[in-house]
Formats: sequence, C-alpha cells, structure tokens
Amino acid sequence: MTEATARTSEGTVLSPFSKMLWRHHGEPGMLIPLLQAAQDAYGYIPSLAIEQIAEVTAIPASEVFGVITFYKQFRLLPLGKYVLRTCKGTACHVSGAELIAQTVEDELGIYPDETTKDGLFTYMVVACLGCCSLAPVVMIGDQAYGRLTPEKVRKIIKQYRRKKEQAA
Amino acid sequence: MREVVVGLGACGIAAGGIPVYDRLKELIDPQKDQAVLKQTGCVGMCYREVLVEVREQGKRTLYGDVTKERVDRIVEEHLRAGKVIEEWKVGEENEVLAKQKRIVLRNCGKIDPFSLDEYLGVGGYQALVKVLNELKPEQIIAIIAESGLRGRGGAGFPTGTKWKYAAAAKDQHKYVVCNADEGDPGAFMDRSVLEGDPHSILEGMAIAGAAIGADHGYIYARAEYPHAVRRLRHAIGQAEEKGYLGNNILGKGFNFSIRLKEGAGAFVCGEETALIASIEGRRGMPRVRPPFPVDSGLWGHPTCINNVETLANVPWIIINGAKAFNIFGTGNSKGTKVFALAGKIKRGGLVEVPMGISINEVIYDIGGGTISGKPFKAVQMGGPSGGCIPAALGDTPVDYEKITATGAIMGSGGMVVMDTDTCMVDVARFFLNFTQNESCGKCTFCRIGTKRMLEILERICAGKGEEKDLLTLAELAEQIKSSSLCGLGQTAPNPVLTTILYFRDEYQAHIKDKKCPAKVCGALVDYVINSELCTGCGLCLKACESGAISGEKKKPHLIDPSKCIKCSKCITVCRQGAVEKR
Repeated sequence: MTEATARTSEGTVLSPFSKMLWRHHGEPGMLIPLLQAAQDAYGYIPSLAIEQIAEVTAIPASEVFGVITFYKQFRLLPLGKYVLRTCKGTACHVSGAELIAQTVEDELGIYPDETTKDGLFTYMVVACLGCCSLAPVVMIGDQAYGRLTPEKVRKIIKQYRRKKEQAA
Repeated sequence: MREVVVGLGACGIAAGGIPVYDRLKELIDPQKDQAVLKQTGCVGMCYREVLVEVREQGKRTLYGDVTKERVDRIVEEHLRAGKVIEEWKVGEENEVLAKQKRIVLRNCGKIDPFSLDEYLGVGGYQALVKVLNELKPEQIIAIIAESGLRGRGGAGFPTGTKWKYAAAAKDQHKYVVCNADEGDPGAFMDRSVLEGDPHSILEGMAIAGAAIGADHGYIYARAEYPHAVRRLRHAIGQAEEKGYLGNNILGKGFNFSIRLKEGAGAFVCGEETALIASIEGRRGMPRVRPPFPVDSGLWGHPTCINNVETLANVPWIIINGAKAFNIFGTGNSKGTKVFALAGKIKRGGLVEVPMGISINEVIYDIGGGTISGKPFKAVQMGGPSGGCIPAALGDTPVDYEKITATGAIMGSGGMVVMDTDTCMVDVARFFLNFTQNESCGKCTFCRIGTKRMLEILERICAGKGEEKDLLTLAELAEQIKSSSLCGLGQTAPNPVLTTILYFRDEYQAHIKDKKCPAKVCGALVDYVINSELCTGCGLCLKACESGAISGEKKKPHLIDPSKCIKCSKCITVCRQGAVEKR
C-alpha cells in the first residue's frame, strides 16, 4: 500500500480517501466519513488505514476500532467482487425470504458474511433494502432483483459467474 | 411537446427501469416523434413497476409492467400511430387514488428529482420565499403549531412545540437535523420522498432553520439508500448554486447550509440521541434525556430533529395555510399519513391517506385486498416497535391515539399485510430477532432480556414450547419496557405482546398441540410431495442431503418423514412447486 507515500510525495495519484486524509484539519465528526472513504477505496478497512485515521484525527486507534465494529457497514476483511445481499425485511420475510436465503447459501456454498473461494461473491443478510413491494429481494452490487423464486436466484447467480468467465 | 416519463425510484430501478429508459432513449427521436424522455421518482404503484407515463395535451396514459421488450410497441403504436394500447394501461389508477390525499407525495412521480427547474415549476421554494419575505420566526412556528402537524417518525410529538422549544433555546449556533435513517424493515416512505422530491426536504429544513434561528442543517441518511443519497447530494448542489441555500439566502440575510451524512448501518441511530452521537462520529448509542436535543444536541448546541415526512409537509402548510392542513384528520391527528403497503397485498406501494380513514379502507379499497385471495389476517404497523393489528380490528382509524390503543403504534408508516399463510409466532420471532441484533447493548434489559425472549420464541417455533413460556415472555416484556433508555428497548416487546394478545390460540397450538396452523414453522410440519404435481424429474432427490427422498424417474417421488430433516432444500429446487408443507 502506498498511502503513506501518497500523502507526502507530490504528483502521486491520490485516492479520495487519501485526499480526505490530506485535507483533514480536525473538523469534528469526520471519523465516519473517513472510514467510509477508506472502505470505498479498498473495499474494506485495512489496519494501516486505521492507524492513519487515528493519527490525523487524534482519536485513539482503539476508539476508531470501536466505531468500526459498532456499525454494520464497516468491514475489516476484504470483500468479494460482488456483494450479494439478501433482504430479510418484514415484507420479504412473509414472502419467502427464508427460501431465497437458503438457495443463495446452497448455490454459493457459504454462510452469511463469508466470501466465496474464487473471491466473486460476499454474501450478507440485511434488514431491509426498502424495495418491499418487490419482495422477496436480493441485491448484487447496486442492482436489486425483485419478486424472486429459488429458480430465478440460481439463474441470476449463474449470470454473474458467466460474466466473470467471459471477462477471463 | 409530448412527454414520456419513466418512474425511476429504487423500486422502478429494481424492477428493470434502467433498460426501459435506455431503450426509449434509443427509439425516441425528439424531432420526429415530438416527444421528450424524462424520469421521475416513485409513482407509488410499486406493484406495477416499471411504470411509463405518456403526457400529451390534457391527457395522460399510464402503462404498467413495462419491460424493455414492450417499449418498441409503445413507441410504434402510441407515439407514432397515436393509438393507446388499452391492455397495458393501468386501469385501476383511479381506484387506487380515489381515497388518497397527496400532500407529502405531491410531487413524487410527477417531477424529475434531478431538475430544480421542475421543482420551481410546481411552486418549489415559494414557501421559503414567503417565510423570508413575510413571516417572523414566531409566526412560522404559530402556523405549524396551528396546523396540528405531529412528528411522522413514529412518536408523534407536535412539531410546532418542538420548534418553539428550539427557538427559545439561547445559543450562537443551532442545528436542524433531518432524520432520514429509515430503518424499520418493511418501510420505504422516506426513501421514496428523498428520491422523488429531494428539494422539498431541503426547503422544509431551511424553513425550520428560519423558524428556530439555526444556520446549519444535517441530513442523516441511510447508506442503504444509494439513489436517495445521490439525488440529495445533487439537489443540495443545485440549491446552493441558485442561492436557496448558503449565505444571505434570497438577499434576506439568512444563512443556512446543509450537509449530508451517510449512516453506517445501525438501526438504533434512528433514535435522536444515538443519531447525534453518530453524526459526531462516535458509536451510535443513546443517552439519558433530559437534556433534550432542543436544549443540548449536536456538539452541545440546541438541535431540532425532524423526520423526512414531517419536513416534506412544512412547505405545503406554509403555502396553503394551517387550516387547509388540519381540515384533514381527527381530533389530535391532523393532515395525512404516508404508508408503505407491503407484504401479502395485491397492490403494494406507497399511499398517502387523510388521517381518520380506517385500516380496512387502506387495505381493501386502496390495496385491493390480499394478493393470494386468502383472508387478511393481520396487519403489522410500526415495524419492530409496533405490533400486529388483527383483521377483527380493521375498522380502527388511522389516528395516533386509536392505533396506540390496540398495542401497535402509528410508527413511521410501514404496513405489512399478512394472510392466513403467515404464522404470527414466527412474525414475533422475526421482529425480536431484529431488535435483538440491533440492540446497542447499553441497557442490560434490552441487551439480555431480548435475547432471553428470542430464545423462548425460537423454542416455541421448534416445537419445544412449555406452558409457562407465555407468562415468562410477558414478565420479561414488562421489565425490558420499563428498564430501557431509548425507544428501541421500550418498544421491542410490542410485536410479541400484541401477537400473544390477539393470537393466543396460535401460540397454544405451537406449545400444546405442537402444530403450526399456518404451516410455516419447519419443525412442526411434514414435508410432502404432491403426486399430482410431481413430474419425477429427480432434482429434489439429488438435492436431498439426508437421503429422505426416493422415487423412479418420471414417477412421483416420496419423502420419508423419518429421515427428513426439514431443511427445505427440496422446495428450493422443485420447479413444479410440488413439495408442500402439511
């Protein structure tokens, strides 16, 4: 990682995270936006980023860590290429989300919060995606898929696998 | 010039709105077809997404269930040959809208959320102009107080009173915070407003700022709503550029700027003191009140926190007057309420109704009843803090006090409809699982009490319930309610208490007879293959890990109940829907 050098050497391309670090002048309430920027840049929050954030904000690293673990959005491990979220909101629950989740687990061969061996999918279960009228819903990346059946879920996952094969 | 408008709220996008929009863009030639392509936010009829509306002089046609493939015919027949495609039209639109009154959703599904000009075209920012030109802060507060507007986030605190307290607080800095951390599972009202009409929220906040003397505003939005965040950001930029936000607004010496803060995924941050902690960059844990945020909130300064829907009402009230607002509703519940109709409902979506209308009217007259055609059994209101209102109480009017009397709460507006296929014990378990996960852990009773309640409910669902369990649940519920600091814990037992109150026989069936009447709880049902539907394809046989399924190719298969572990794998692979729970 080049974060430390990126902050000092001019002309190095800065990620939005580095820029935020660079420009940070102790404005209050910047911890969470900094963590969000780090996660955007790396897909997770590497330990080096925790150190750097602690340094510029003068918040102890232990406290930064406490904030990271409080919020579900933050991750300390790298994510797969696609994040697959199955919705377990009320509407999805009464419309068969359990079966959809089961199908995803079978198809990917992993449990929630795990990443497939090929690094393609990270699977998460979330409380509500807000697309309740399309229940049951699964979201892959920013794309939501609604009115799902186990069969449709399998098809969608296969599409993503094919996309990867074509790209390879 | 005709307009072709595609509904691109998150629901529309999830249903495939982007390919529809792109295909229309490819086909429509503005010159030749005399039509422009536009986008708008949530139209409200989510069950018919993707929705495409053709606006011609004095006439509008709404097409539902549009797919990329259907676009060609709409362009060919409607736009080029001038022939409306009757069979694709949303015929029931008038029925859906008949009992609605749209104040909060006045612009949703009508204007392009990315266009400030369109917002100005429907009278946008006129309320702010009026406030800055004609009204003193106390006059603004008086109008809001007279309108009877109450907080739409769930608790229903009178907005005028809150503003009065915030205005009375003495400090150099004050803040207005818009609570857009819509976390209730099954609720998407605020998301639709943020996505469909972002400027109305900014305007509402600026008016609140003028009323209480604040110069800064924060919007705390859920990170799970990427479209809403994008549109808000865009809207803030536009408003700053045109001088509706920033320094010396409209030349009247009023300074007000708005910052957007993305939440990081914690349900408890919908609670105001937790929300403040989160904006300040700390773990989002609630604290003891008082002091209330109107006295000491963000960074110790007086802070007025209002919900999205509350703020969306404000510009309308300023323009139309308090009386125009409070003619709708009942004694203490004025105006309208937006509900997110979801679950087993025929016409799910976003509806806005005058207060006082009955739950039955919302479900049957607007929602069209259940999608399965089976009897409506209960409606869940208020999410994890609310409760299940049984069909027998369907005449209950939409009114803060009347709904609270049933044991549920008005809440932020989630209305999840359940039919006879829904197990109420399972629903209670579902909500408790949610609150248990989301408890921040500060208060012992909320942290451990909910865990104990959840364990009992899981045991009941697994067929291991005991007679004394209901008593223990009630006891724990009382203790959690009385010993928790914030709303999360104080209301967490509600879904359990209301289901025990109204569906005690269902609990008894689980506990005594070891049966799940709705056939949901896996441990209490048998998995059976319907021999009439089974084609003998063998998929379930391959999927079954416990070797419980047997059968020859092309002949109906059988499940051996003594080997079946009820994992549902066979159900997920069967294409005929032949595996049934009995």
